Amino acid sequence: MTIFNFDAFVNYLFNSFLLGGVGVTIGLTVAAVIGGLCLGMIIALMRMSGKPLLAFPARFYIWFFRGTPLLIQLVVIYAGLPLFGVKLSVLQSALLGLILNEASYMAEIVRTGFLAVPKGQTEAGWSLNLSRRTIFWRVTLPQAFRLMVPPLGNSINGLLKATSLASVISVEEIMRRSDLLMQEQFQVLEVYAAATIYYLILTSLWDLVQARLERRFGRSVNATTASTTSLSFLRR
Amino acid sequence: MTNSTVPAVKLAGVMKRFGNFAALSDVNLDIAAGEKVVICGPSGSGKSTLIRCINHIEQHDGGEISVNGIRLDRSAASVAKVRSVTGMVFQNFNLFPHMTVLENCTLAPRSTLKLSRAKAEAQAMELLSKVRIGDQARKYPGQLSGGQQQRAAIARSLCMQPKIMLFDEPTSALDPEMVKEVLETMKALAGEGMTMICVTHEMGFAREVADRVVFMDRGSIMEQGRPDAFFSNPHTDRARQFLSQIIH
Ligand SMILES: Nc1ncnc2c1ncn2[C@@H]1O[C@H](COP(=O)(O)OP(=O)(O)OP(=O)(O)O)[C@@H](O)[C@H]1O
Ligand SMILES: [Mg+2]
Repeated sequence: MTIFNFDAFVNYLFNSFLLGGVGVTIGLTVAAVIGGLCLGMIIALMRMSGKPLLAFPARFYIWFFRGTPLLIQLVVIYAGLPLFGVKLSVLQSALLGLILNEASYMAEIVRTGFLAVPKGQTEAGWSLNLSRRTIFWRVTLPQAFRLMVPPLGNSINGLLKATSLASVISVEEIMRRSDLLMQEQFQVLEVYAAATIYYLILTSLWDLVQARLERRFGRSVNATTASTTSLSFLRR
Repeated sequence: MTNSTVPAVKLAGVMKRFGNFAALSDVNLDIAAGEKVVICGPSGSGKSTLIRCINHIEQHDGGEISVNGIRLDRSAASVAKVRSVTGMVFQNFNLFPHMTVLENCTLAPRSTLKLSRAKAEAQAMELLSKVRIGDQARKYPGQLSGGQQQRAAIARSLCMQPKIMLFDEPTSALDPEMVKEVLETMKALAGEGMTMICVTHEMGFAREVADRVVFMDRGSIMEQGRPDAFFSNPHTDRARQFLSQIIH
C-alpha cells in the first residue's frame, strides 16, 4: 500500500481530466497577467502622478492587496460579494481575485521600472519638442519595460502556482482536479506527483519564454543583467 | 520672421528657486541672433539652471524669458514654440539607448514635425555625415565612443532645425582625446551662423568662438565681456579667483 505505484503515476500523467486542468491553469494565468498588467499600469501611473487624490488610493490599494493572503481575497470575493448583490461564478470570482491581487504586484514592478529610467531621457524628449505621449510611449515606456521583464517574469512564475489557490473555491484547475482524482483511489503521492510534473513543465516553458524576452529587450543595452529564471541552473 | 532687433534670447529679472534656495536671482541677459555666448562660473553658480530655463526644462519663478520674441508664459503653446526653435545638448548626451542613432535622429522630426520616414532619414543621414558619424547610423548609442555619442546628440538636435543651440558642458563627460572632435563640431556649427549659448570651461573654445563670455556666481551674472578682455582683465575678484583655478 505504501509503495509508490509507478503505473498509476503514469496513468495520471496522461489522464485527460487532469490535462484539462492544465488548460484552466494556463487560462487563469494568462487572463490574470493581462488583467493584472493593465490594472497595475493604471495604479502605478496613479501613484506616480504626484496628485494626492490619485496617489493615495493607489498606495492604499497596493498596501491592502500585498498585505493580505490571496487565499482570503479569493474566499471573500466568492463568499462576500453576493452579500452586496454581486453574484459571480466560481471562475469569475477566481479571475477577479487573481487580477486584483496580481495588479498590486505589477503596479510596484511598473513603478520601479519607470523610476529607474534616468530623468535626462525625459528632458531630452522635452528639448526635442516631443509630446508627452510620444515621450511616454517611445522613450520612457520601452526603457522601463526592459527593466520590468525580469521581475514580471518572476511574478508570472509565481502566478502559475498561485492559481492553485483557486481550487479552494472549487475552480477545476490542476490542483482541484488532482484533489478530485485523489478522492477516487486515494493514491495521494501518485496524483500529486503528476500534478508536480505539470507545474514544472509550465514553469519551465515560461522560463524559456522569459529568457527570450530578456534577450530581445536587452538587445541594445550593454548591461549584462543576470538571468533570473529558475531554469538557469542548467546553464553555467 | 526674426528681424534683427528681436533678440534671440532675452532674460529680464529672471528668478529661480529650489525650495528656499535661490538658484537664479535677477538675471538679465540679451543675446542677439547669431551670437555665440559662453557661460562659465564655479560649480553650483546656476549655469545649468539658466540655460535649462531658456527651453523650459526648468520653469522660472519670476521675471521674463523670451526666445525669438516668444514669451514663455507657462502656456503649453509658448513652451512648444520656444522648444521648436531651440536645441539642447547635455553633458551626458541623453541619447535614447533603445534606439539606433538613426532612430534617435528621426523620432522627433517624424512625430513632432510629421516628416515622412524617407525625408526624416535623408535629413538625419545628411546631418550625421556632417558631424562625421554617418557610418554609425545603424548602431546603438552604447556601441559608440563618448565623442561619437555627443556628436550624434548634436546631430539629433540639429534634425529639428533649431535657430538657437544650448549646450550644457558638452565635453565634461568625455575623455580628453574626444573633447577635440566635439569642439570641432561645435566650431563648425558656429561658423554657419547658429546662435549658441554654451556652458563650458573650455577656455580655448571660448577665446576662439565666443563673442561674449558671461561669468556667473551664486545665481547672478557677475560680469560679462569679450573673451580676450574677460580672460586678461577680469573686473571682479570672484572671476579672478575662478580663472586662477581653471587656468593652470
Ligand atoms: N532640481 C534641483 N533641486 C534642488 N536644487 C537644485 C536643483 N537643481 C539645481 N539645484 C541647485 O541649484 C544650484 C545651481 O545649480 P546648477 O546646476 O544650475 O549649477 P551649475 O552652475 O550648473 O553647476 P555645475 O558646474 O556643478 O554644473 C546648485 O546649488 C544646485 O544644488
Ligand atoms: Mg551644470
